[in-house]
Amino acid sequence: MKKDVMKVNLSKDTKYNLITIAAIIVAYIVCQIMIAAGMMSYLMKGLLVPFCYYSILAVSLNLTVGILGELSLGQAGFMCIGAFASAFFSKCSVNLIPNAFIRFTLAILVGALAAAVFGVFIGIAVLRLRGDYLAIVTLAFGEIIKNVLNTIFVGYDSKGLHFSLKDAASLNLQEDGVLIINGPQGITGTPQDTNFTVSTLLLIITFIIVANLINSRSGRAIMAIRDNRIAAEAMGIDVTKFRILAFTITAALAGVAGVLYAHNISSLNATPKNFGYNMSIMILVFVVLGGIGNIRGSIIASVILTLLPEYLRFLQDYRMLIYAIVLIIMMIFNWNPTCIAWRKKYSLRNIFRKKTQGEV
Amino acid sequence: MSFLSYLIKGISLGSVYSIIALGYTMVYGIAKMLNFAHGDIIMVGGFVIYSLMSLAGLNPLISVLAAIVICTLLGVTIEGIAYRPLRKASSLAVLITAIGVSYFLQNVALLVYGSNPKSFTSVIKVPALKLAEVKLTITGETLVTIPLCIIIMVILNLFIKKSKIGRSMIAVSEDKDAAVLMGVNVNKTIAITFAIGSALAAVASALMFSTYPNLSPTSGAMPGIKAFVAAVFGGIGSIPGAMIGGILLGIIQILSSAYISTQLADAIVFLILILVLLIKPTGIMGKKLHEKV
Amino acid sequence: MEMLSVKNLSISFGGLRAVDSFNITIQKGELYGLIGPNGAGKTTVFNLLTGVYKPDSGIIILDGENISGKSPIEINKAGIARTFQNIRLFKNLTVLDNVKTGLHNQYKYSTLAGILRLPSYYKTEKLMTEKAYEILKVFDLDKEANTLSANLPYGKQRKLEIARALATNPKLLLLDEPAAGMNPAETEELMKTITLIREKFGVTILLIEHDMKLVAGICEKIFVLNFGMELANGLPQDVLNNPEVIKAYLGE
Repeated sequence: MKKDVMKVNLSKDTKYNLITIAAIIVAYIVCQIMIAAGMMSYLMKGLLVPFCYYSILAVSLNLTVGILGELSLGQAGFMCIGAFASAFFSKCSVNLIPNAFIRFTLAILVGALAAAVFGVFIGIAVLRLRGDYLAIVTLAFGEIIKNVLNTIFVGYDSKGLHFSLKDAASLNLQEDGVLIINGPQGITGTPQDTNFTVSTLLLIITFIIVANLINSRSGRAIMAIRDNRIAAEAMGIDVTKFRILAFTITAALAGVAGVLYAHNISSLNATPKNFGYNMSIMILVFVVLGGIGNIRGSIIASVILTLLPEYLRFLQDYRMLIYAIVLIIMMIFNWNPTCIAWRKKYSLRNIFRKKTQGEV
Repeated sequence: MSFLSYLIKGISLGSVYSIIALGYTMVYGIAKMLNFAHGDIIMVGGFVIYSLMSLAGLNPLISVLAAIVICTLLGVTIEGIAYRPLRKASSLAVLITAIGVSYFLQNVALLVYGSNPKSFTSVIKVPALKLAEVKLTITGETLVTIPLCIIIMVILNLFIKKSKIGRSMIAVSEDKDAAVLMGVNVNKTIAITFAIGSALAAVASALMFSTYPNLSPTSGAMPGIKAFVAAVFGGIGSIPGAMIGGILLGIIQILSSAYISTQLADAIVFLILILVLLIKPTGIMGKKLHEKV
Repeated sequence: MEMLSVKNLSISFGGLRAVDSFNITIQKGELYGLIGPNGAGKTTVFNLLTGVYKPDSGIIILDGENISGKSPIEINKAGIARTFQNIRLFKNLTVLDNVKTGLHNQYKYSTLAGILRLPSYYKTEKLMTEKAYEILKVFDLDKEANTLSANLPYGKQRKLEIARALATNPKLLLLDEPAAGMNPAETEELMKTITLIREKFGVTILLIEHDMKLVAGICEKIFVLNFGMELANGLPQDVLNNPEVIKAYLGE
């Protein structure tokens, strides 16, 4: 009797996760069939990779917001680091490593690692901070990264790497020198190594990493810190270590999303639009609407909310306005106590229950 | 331009940040929420003044007063519709809603005025002061902004400490539930807090766009964030802290822009914030929160 | 054999001397009570013992080891576990997971092993689950293992907190008002449970309580704290009949 109860426990979570992974694979197959049959619009085709990297961003942010319970507004910063680090690596090694598969795999590792390093920095910087203070520091961090990468000039030649904050000329590159990061113009000509298959694969890997982490000893420790930090300390849980761990994994995965992004466009710049706090906030909205702590929800929300503005294009100028109104209404509907009570009362489950118990 | 002139320019910008930061810090201290849309109320104030002055030809003083009234009403309305229903919800929920409000305001402005930046005509008719001996020119805007900021801070401080409403604000900020038991009308108190904050935002917009006349639907967002940084810097919930934070931030931004790089000025401002919070996690004048174990 | 030896423990908050020269010696396996009027400083003593506050002065020795000034995490590893005056369960975790977090330092495997689902993950999780059920059985909570801890009735939440603390395998267990909010029947049951866990787990127990029936019923020794200072310390029959003690509780 006891053993059966235990078995149910272990496989209930695993079942849920396997279903999610299966759903992603099915969706992938359906998309590929549609593409092969010419049933997919150009617009949709262009959204397939963004679906994946936005989902990765949302799932990894949910680790910090939903599992650790801290508000991070710096996801764009980690994405930016991953993007630039990997693009830099790819451009530099394009001749050394002509095999795209190997080079891209290494680029992914480079991007993830670079972002992870900054994840550790952030984790340490916010150790003594809570709540909104922590949020503003993560936002500040994202802005710093974007600003610096927008201002920096980097090139290499036979003498090595050159940096400058002024302009390309002051790099004093030799004849055979190559300019990699051109200030506001960023990095151009990154090999376009991203494709739908790789992106889907990385999304599945991201999901597995986060899901497995949650259902493990470390995941429980992180959630304990979220639910009651003081009690967690009293249980001997190393709060510092696990906070930094959560931030680092979140950052590394965001870095991976950045790698996918960078190798999907021809010109990579650190503009407010793609790496500013607006991007961080957009990801946060995906996480909140998909359900804080619900990583399957993060994926669904990312896809829908990336798709929706495109489908609402016919509304053109009113699109973002409607988006904003819907967001406000949804938040109130989801979080207002009166609305929550109203929903519980009229939920389908309750209606069915009343019917089987006889009319109330 | 000399160091002194940069310094004064920095204090002037900082004064504007202070006024905005006051609104943030009051709302945060009393309603316990981060009003992300605060910066966009500034933008609305700017457009109201612009419309009335440049399009309807009204004189500057009336335009500014109208902006104050409109922003106040806007702030109170937003609080009532979007924030009050979520008062018992988690702070994350309110923050996201505030973000929604921010986008709403920006997009309404976009629809009405388009995305092209408008040229704002300064509301300040005070002539610049030329100090030939130190080769210094102080703009009229600066001459008005800095004293106005000090006056506002003094009045606000007195208001909070001496008036009945001010004391009920303090009560609500310390313990909302206890305040209710003491007969304080929490709804009214919070509404008034938003009213004051929004009125200040309108004043700040008049001063800011007079000095930096580039006005577009997204003009309020970054100053809003910087002002929030200033409020956190000085210790959120502290009125003198908002003033100190704002002025320091303005000085850092202008000096960095002048002596290091305009591009990196923002990055430096944010970096200093991180460093300050590393040393003093509750801001320069912030109070340490003790959690009861 | 001394389990806990505290000498001259003191702390002030601002101008207020919350705990003044607190001295206590608790023998291994003893069931010690800490009582006193509200505001006497009892929870502050607990906070000092568990490292939540750093004492201004004094020494704390646990089973021969000097733990003065150490962090809560180090002190838990050294062997002290506690429950809290206001229940501090992990509300969003199940009953089972609450106990499993208590087992965090008893059964280990690396984060990487968890993510990659290496054999050590499955092996250790199985052991953890078995041990957790073992502990829950003692408190009659095993049937609610998969219930969200926030959904438990109050009395069971208090028991879960004790179960979780025991999972950390402590030498000394500090219980802060474990019977608070309980009716007489629940308190009876708690008294039996506390006596049972003392035997079964071999822990030394120091508990804060206001319920005199419980204190008189199970405590072998009682320490009375008033205004941060010792008022009485000794056997229940002496302490509870001490006129000073009675005056402190009832007033003149």
